[in-house]
Amino acid sequence: MSNLEKYNEAFIESFGIEEEVLKNNLKYNTIEEWDSIGHMSLMAALEDAFDIMLETEDIIEFSDYEKGKEILKKYDVEI
Amino acid sequence: MFKKLDEYKNNIAIIEDKEYSYNEMLSLSKELTSYISKRDLVIHLTSNTFESIAGYVGFIKEKIVDLLLPSDINKTLLKEVIQNYKPKFLYIPISLKDKFEFDEVVRYKNYCLLKTNFDIDYKINDELALLLTTSGSTGSLKFVRQSYKNIYSNAKSIIQYLNIKSNDIAITTLPSSYTFMLSIINSHFLQGGSVVACEYSIMQKEFWDLIKEKKVTTFSGVPFTFEMLKRLKFDRMELDSIKYITQAGGKLREDLVKYFINSCEKKDIKFIVMYGQTEATARISYLPWENRDKIGSIGIAIPDVKIELANDGELICKGDNVTLGYSQNCYDLYKGDENNGVLYTGDIAREDDDGFFYIVGRKKRFVKIFGNRINLDELEKIANKNGYEVVISGNDEKIVIYSTKEYKDIIEFLSKTIKQNKKIFKFKIVNSIIRNSAGKILYKEMEKKYGY
Repeated sequence: MSNLEKYNEAFIESFGIEEEVLKNNLKYNTIEEWDSIGHMSLMAALEDAFDIMLETEDIIEFSDYEKGKEILKKYDVEI
Repeated sequence: MFKKLDEYKNNIAIIEDKEYSYNEMLSLSKELTSYISKRDLVIHLTSNTFESIAGYVGFIKEKIVDLLLPSDINKTLLKEVIQNYKPKFLYIPISLKDKFEFDEVVRYKNYCLLKTNFDIDYKINDELALLLTTSGSTGSLKFVRQSYKNIYSNAKSIIQYLNIKSNDIAITTLPSSYTFMLSIINSHFLQGGSVVACEYSIMQKEFWDLIKEKKVTTFSGVPFTFEMLKRLKFDRMELDSIKYITQAGGKLREDLVKYFINSCEKKDIKFIVMYGQTEATARISYLPWENRDKIGSIGIAIPDVKIELANDGELICKGDNVTLGYSQNCYDLYKGDENNGVLYTGDIAREDDDGFFYIVGRKKRFVKIFGNRINLDELEKIANKNGYEVVISGNDEKIVIYSTKEYKDIIEFLSKTIKQNKKIFKFKIVNSIIRNSAGKILYKEMEKKYGY
C-alpha cells in the first residue's frame, strides 16, 4: 500500500466514511464523524499506520486533510 | 436571580470575537426579552456564543422559561419537542431558520427570535426557570424542571467551595445546554467573573491559544476530556494562568485521576473531582484538593447540601438544589415541586470512615458516555420501535447491540438518534437472546456469554 493509500485508509477507517468525502480538503468538525472523538481515533490510526508518535502540537494543529500531510512530513512520511 | 449582574457594569462578562462587558450583555438580554412576555416558554438551541449566552441570561432575569437544547440536535426529535411543548418563541441560530415556518421577530449576530403560531394556553408554574434534558442528547422528551431557587442555591454552593471571584475566567468546553456548563456560567456571572465562549474542542490549537491569550483561570471536563488531555501530554503543557480544573459527568478512571493529580501538583493547579446530576441542578459533591489522596471518591456534599445513603446503598441528595421533577410536555409545566428537596440518585454508594463517598454501582440501566447519560432501556425501546429487533447493553465506554439478525445500518441509526459518535457502538450477532422464565432479558448473562 502506498503512503497515500495508508493515509486515506486511516481517515476512512476512523470515521467510517467513503473515500470521496476526503476530496476538497476535508476539515475538522465539518462532518459529524470528525469530532474530538473521531480525531483521537484518527491520530491513533495514523500512528499505527506509519509507526510514529505524534507530538501534542501536531495533534492540535491537524485541522484538515492537507495540513495533515504537511505535518506527517516532519516524521519523514511523504504522502 | 441575575439582578445582581447590573452592578458589574464594565466587568467583562463574555469573551468571544471581542470582549463584551456586563452592560453590553445585559443590553442584548433586555432588548431580546422585550419581545417576550414573562412566563412565556422559549425553546433555545444553544451554542457557546455571546448572543446565545446573553439570551439565556435575559430569559432567567426576566422570568421567561428557557428550554435548552444543543443546536446540533436531531431535527426530527426537535420537531417532536416543539410539538409537545408548544413554545411561544424559538431562539435559534439563523442557519436553522429555514427549517421552520415561523415568523422572525428580531436577530442578533448569528441568532434570531422566531414567533411560533401555537394558539393554545397552558399554565406554567411560577417557580419554573429551565427545562433541561438529562443527557444533553438522548432521544427522550423527558425534561428536568429546574427552579430559580435550584439554580441560585447550586451556584451559591459552587461559588463557596471553589471560591470563585470576579477576576476568574472560565472557558467553555461543553455545550451550554448541559446543566454542568450552565452551572459554570451561573457561578461566574453571579460573582462578576468572565466566560470565554468558544466552540473549539481541546483537540484544536485555537482552544489552547485562547487559554493563553485570555489568561483563562479554569476549565472543566467530562471523563473523555481527560482521556484526550492525557493523550495530549497534559503533564508537559504550560498552563500558567490556570488555577484549577474540575471534572464531572461520570466516573474518571482511577489511573487518570492519579495522573491528573500528579501533573497538577507540579503545575500548582488544583484538580477537583465532582459528582452531580441534572436532577440536582448540577452538582452534589466534590473532592476537596486537600483530600486528593482519596482516589476514586466523589468526596463530600457541597455546601448546603446533604448526602445520605438509603438501606440499599442508594445515594440520596437533600437540598435546595434538588429540582422540581420531570415534564413530558407543556401540560406538565403547571406542576410544582414533586421532590420536596429529596433526590434518589439511582447511584449506589458507600461512605468511608472519614465521611467520603464512593460510587460503587447503579440501580438502573444507564451508562455515561462522554458525559452523556444514556438510558439503555430507552435506547432499546427506540430501536425496537423503529423495527430493529435488538437488545442493548453496555458500560461507560461502549454500547453493545445484540441481535439474532443482521442490521447493517443499526449503528448509523443509533448514532444519529442520540447524536453520539459511531465509535462507541458495537454490534454483535448472537444465537439467541437470553431470558428468564418470565421473559425478562438477562443482560448480565448476555454480556457474559457474548462479550462486549
